[in-house]
Amino acid sequence: MAFPRPRPARPELPRQRVQTLQCGQGAVRAARFNADGNYCLTCGSDKTLKLWNPHKGTALRTYQGHGYEVLDAAGSFDNSQICSGGADKAVALWDVTTGQVVRKYRGHAGKVNCVQFNEEATVIVSGSIDSTVRCWDCRSRRPDPIQVLDEAKDGISSVKLSAHEILTGSVDGRVRRYDLRTGQLFSDYIGSPITSVCFSKDGQCVLAASLDSTLRLLDKDTGELLGEYTGHRSTTYRLDCVLNEQDTHVGCASEDGHVYFWDLLEGSLALSLPVGQGVVQSLAFHPRLPCLLVATQGQVTLWREDTFQPE
Amino acid sequence: AVESSDSEEEDLVSYGSALQPLQEGERIKKPVPLQEQTVKDAKGRYQRFHGAFTGGFSAGYFNTVGTKEGWTPSAFVSSRQKRADRTTLGPEDFMDEEDLSEFGIAPKDITTTDDFASKAKDRIKEKARQIAGVVAPIPGTTAFDDLIGPSKITVGVELLRKMGWKEGQGIGPRVKRKPCRQKPDPTVKIYGCALPPGLSEGSEDEEDEYQPENVTFAPKDVMPVDLTPKENVHGLGYKGLDPSQALFGASGREHLNLFTGGSEETSNLLGDLRHSKGRKLGITGQAFGVGALEEEDDDIYATDTLSKYDTVLKDEEPGDGLYGWTAPKQYKSKKGPEREFKYIGKVLAGFSLASKSSAPIKIYPPPSLPRNYRPFHYFRPVIMAGNENCHLQKALEESTGKLESGPAHQSRHGLNAAQRREQLGETELKGPAPSILEYLCEKDRERLKEVKQASEQQMKAKPVSQPSSNSRLQSASPEDAALKWRTLLEGQLANAGSSDFKPFAKNPEKQKRYENFVKSLKQGEKVDTLERFLDPNMTEWERGREQEEFCRAAMFYRSSNSTLSSRFTRAKYEDDVDKVEVPRDQENDIDDKETAVKMKMFGKLTRDTFEWHPDKLLCRRFNVRDPYPDSSIVGLPKVKRDKYSVFNFLTVPEPTTSVTQATKEKIQESNSLNKPKKSSRWDVSDKEKEKKDSISEFISLARSKADTQKQPPAPATEERGTGTTESVPTVVADEDKNQEEESGRPPMDLFKAIFVSSSDEKSSSSEEESDEEQQPTTSERQSETTKEADIADSSSSNLQETATTTTGSGISSLPTSKQELDAAEEFGPKLPPAFSSGRFCKHLDRKEKHRKIRERHKTKKERKRKKEKKKKHKKQKNKGKHKNKKSEKDSSSDTTDSSDSLSDMDTTGLSPKELLRR
Repeated sequence: MAFPRPRPARPELPRQRVQTLQCGQGAVRAARFNADGNYCLTCGSDKTLKLWNPHKGTALRTYQGHGYEVLDAAGSFDNSQICSGGADKAVALWDVTTGQVVRKYRGHAGKVNCVQFNEEATVIVSGSIDSTVRCWDCRSRRPDPIQVLDEAKDGISSVKLSAHEILTGSVDGRVRRYDLRTGQLFSDYIGSPITSVCFSKDGQCVLAASLDSTLRLLDKDTGELLGEYTGHRSTTYRLDCVLNEQDTHVGCASEDGHVYFWDLLEGSLALSLPVGQGVVQSLAFHPRLPCLLVATQGQVTLWREDTFQPE
Repeated sequence: AVESSDSEEEDLVSYGSALQPLQEGERIKKPVPLQEQTVKDAKGRYQRFHGAFTGGFSAGYFNTVGTKEGWTPSAFVSSRQKRADRTTLGPEDFMDEEDLSEFGIAPKDITTTDDFASKAKDRIKEKARQIAGVVAPIPGTTAFDDLIGPSKITVGVELLRKMGWKEGQGIGPRVKRKPCRQKPDPTVKIYGCALPPGLSEGSEDEEDEYQPENVTFAPKDVMPVDLTPKENVHGLGYKGLDPSQALFGASGREHLNLFTGGSEETSNLLGDLRHSKGRKLGITGQAFGVGALEEEDDDIYATDTLSKYDTVLKDEEPGDGLYGWTAPKQYKSKKGPEREFKYIGKVLAGFSLASKSSAPIKIYPPPSLPRNYRPFHYFRPVIMAGNENCHLQKALEESTGKLESGPAHQSRHGLNAAQRREQLGETELKGPAPSILEYLCEKDRERLKEVKQASEQQMKAKPVSQPSSNSRLQSASPEDAALKWRTLLEGQLANAGSSDFKPFAKNPEKQKRYENFVKSLKQGEKVDTLERFLDPNMTEWERGREQEEFCRAAMFYRSSNSTLSSRFTRAKYEDDVDKVEVPRDQENDIDDKETAVKMKMFGKLTRDTFEWHPDKLLCRRFNVRDPYPDSSIVGLPKVKRDKYSVFNFLTVPEPTTSVTQATKEKIQESNSLNKPKKSSRWDVSDKEKEKKDSISEFISLARSKADTQKQPPAPATEERGTGTTESVPTVVADEDKNQEEESGRPPMDLFKAIFVSSSDEKSSSSEEESDEEQQPTTSERQSETTKEADIADSSSSNLQETATTTTGSGISSLPTSKQELDAAEEFGPKLPPAFSSGRFCKHLDRKEKHRKIRERHKTKKERKRKKEKKKKHKKQKNKGKHKNKKSEKDSSSDTTDSSDSLSDMDTTGLSPKELLRR
């Protein structure tokens, strides 16, 4: 005799702006939540990286040491380290508390567009405009990457990691998934230059945003198209796409100053959130809460669901 | 008898000591072995042989010093009281007794010398002995001659002496002449400071500066010339130990004079010991320190230092410095012909002064400069003799003041490097090849050249018709695209494609058909009517294919090399290596994928699966088991392939170990079913990897290049941007490129379509459709903006237009600042516009706004003036209103300013429209 499960709460989308962080870093190239979503990192075009508590709106620390604008950053699972990549072609590993650069990995021939830690923060995977993905070792002191994934024919715009996979989106219009466990490379042709890729939370799907103003949800195993989401505008810039915390909605930044959310299954536009006038530079979705981090025009805003009551 | 016997005994001479008589029964003593024999010196001390038997060199204590403590120190005597007789130590003080003994190097014993004998006598003897010593088989053995020889001088000498002869003098009547200056007696030993010259011995001969008349001199002693041949095997000038030189002899060898060394040696040989140099006393000789029973050892003490050699040419003797070339300072100041007569230097032996001066050197004046000579260098621009350039060339030539009649009369300045190289017969340097021709073999080059000429002629013929055809091509609908370019081909191919081209050389029949095809094309026939040249045995589909193929081949050979050269680079691999490493699996051609994406058929069609080997360390870091624990490969597996194989450029499914193997096999089966029975060009190429078929290589290469070029949207606009800046032919080339991108679409993709979509059996007709469908997709994909531009103005598509279209489109493209320009240079999606750029554009906007406001004010003012004329009584009010409005506007602009300064967040993306609306 089993009780019927309580109906899952209806997923809510962030519609309410609760915080605004004036970053003062020039253009904010990326805003990223940390592993648990309590903090966030903003990458500025003034070569700095800032750590915030976005829920309280407090700036915690500034990390200086990049030689050019910082393009992406990621925090380790234990919040002890930060990795970042910049237009100075370097990937930096930071100590969170001291604010010092622990290591700098040089080897990319161009801007580093995206960086990611693996689960245990032992490897930094960075994708660059030089069409390579490089896996840097954080444990040893070796200066060269563990492995270079140079299969892409054009710049890497996005990299995501799962427990045993490396997902890359490239400007050559392909989404490549390197499966370390099976030792295979799956290359899915999308056609249009990929701007952002991400795994779904259940790890079964891959979301890819491309410059033809389309988001595509692909089955990870077969590469089949599960959904297509259009309505926003993404033709020029490298914009982020996200999935919400429950995998019910798909979100993407747009060049018209909105963030669009679609229902994942139906593909219908669920929300068009006006966040600013300019291009939405970066997006990050909270891992557990309906909470969205949006970077536009030098500031970062935090959006919550309607029912949220700020204390 | 007894007496006789005694007498007999007395007659006998006995030498040596008699052996002891053997006693009865006694054993014969064994001889003492060599190692037990000992040598004792005169005092009964054991002598040791220096290292000869013991293996070491142990001079010093055992044989010389006498005590273990070393030299016995002489008792110290204070020099306070005995300052006067300071003892100067000579070499003897450091010698052993043996050295001073009879057979030592400095014998002190009284030898058989004449009491009367002067030292000159000794010298004579020495000379003789020296010569004999050199000549004798054992050097130094002549020392014994003195012992054996008569102790008394001969009667002749005695007689001579009684007659007043002294040794050292010559024999004969005394001569009355100026005596040759004798050198100070060399045999005088001087230790320490040299004595003043006047005090030296025998000074009576030398010091006579005055020369009394009555003094006569004995004639010079004549030295017999020794003519003994060299019979030994010594080195030239080698002398054995010369005891006489150890103490008394001058150490002539100390200073090795490079210039007079030889003569000195000979003079030494002859006995004329020269002691002109500052004498240094010392013991020299090869035998010093070598034991009596030893063989000669290496002269380990001989150190050959540079200080022994002359480093500068210096005067041999102070008096006569003018040897040979002679110091020029003597006659440097003298000029010209007198020089010879003023020459007072010493003339070399065998030479004489010239009696007549040589003719003076003729001086040639420098050539007179031409009148228009300009003493600075300028670089002439290299001008190719061409139609367009002839005016420029002429102008330039006139400006340089040099008129060249033509290339035939080119001076050497007119040649370029290649021509000069040809003339000089030099080999060509390996460098970045300027054109595609460098990559081709000789034959292909010839072919291309012809085609180029043909195409150039054609281009000249109709340069105007091209753009329109191009635009028509771009806007062509997919159905009639093929037909369009066929007709286009008819126009363009009319005089192109020479018979020299044999793209289908493998298949002679096909080649023949192709040639007929081209010939008829030249004659101006329609493509559609040319089907009679095709093989009637073939199916309709195949004929269609072939016709298309012919068209493409003809098109391809029509294209000029400039379009191709941009697509090639120098070989990544060395030429002599036949095999190259290429990834075993390559991502398939994207054309079929393109169609699949278009049809939203993601999945199998768009997916490529490869075997990929992660690094072992990466697996460990990811906590993943290594999927290929045995392999040493990292990344995609690579295979060695023939370098010129078509397979490097085509992706032909191979049976691999991957998951999709089964499905691929299935595909191949179905493919074999579907395959037409007649073999096409590509099948031929499949079977025999045609290495030398440069055509197929070209096509594939061009295609791969074209694919990569098609990808990013940004470069497309860039190309166009460059295209506009260049002159007409390049624009044509650009169009050619476009055409080629379309015509270069591989026939292979049909197979691909068959391969991949085998599950739903497609008919050949549908495939053709799909093939045709691709054309709009590519043109669409190229860039939307350019398409818009094309629609707007089909004749030309330039960057400005695209810029205007994009700027008109919306907010995102508003910032036309530096940052965007930077971003435009890069490939792929750009970064969103930086904030600063937004501010920049805002400033612009504000300016614009101000201007608009001002304009508005003007109009308002005008209106108001009119109104004023009409309604003067409302003047005050209106003015007030106006002021109010103005202040409002100012305040609003002020507020934007302040907000701008306060926060960086405001009004970045405001378009002028919006501003106007406000």
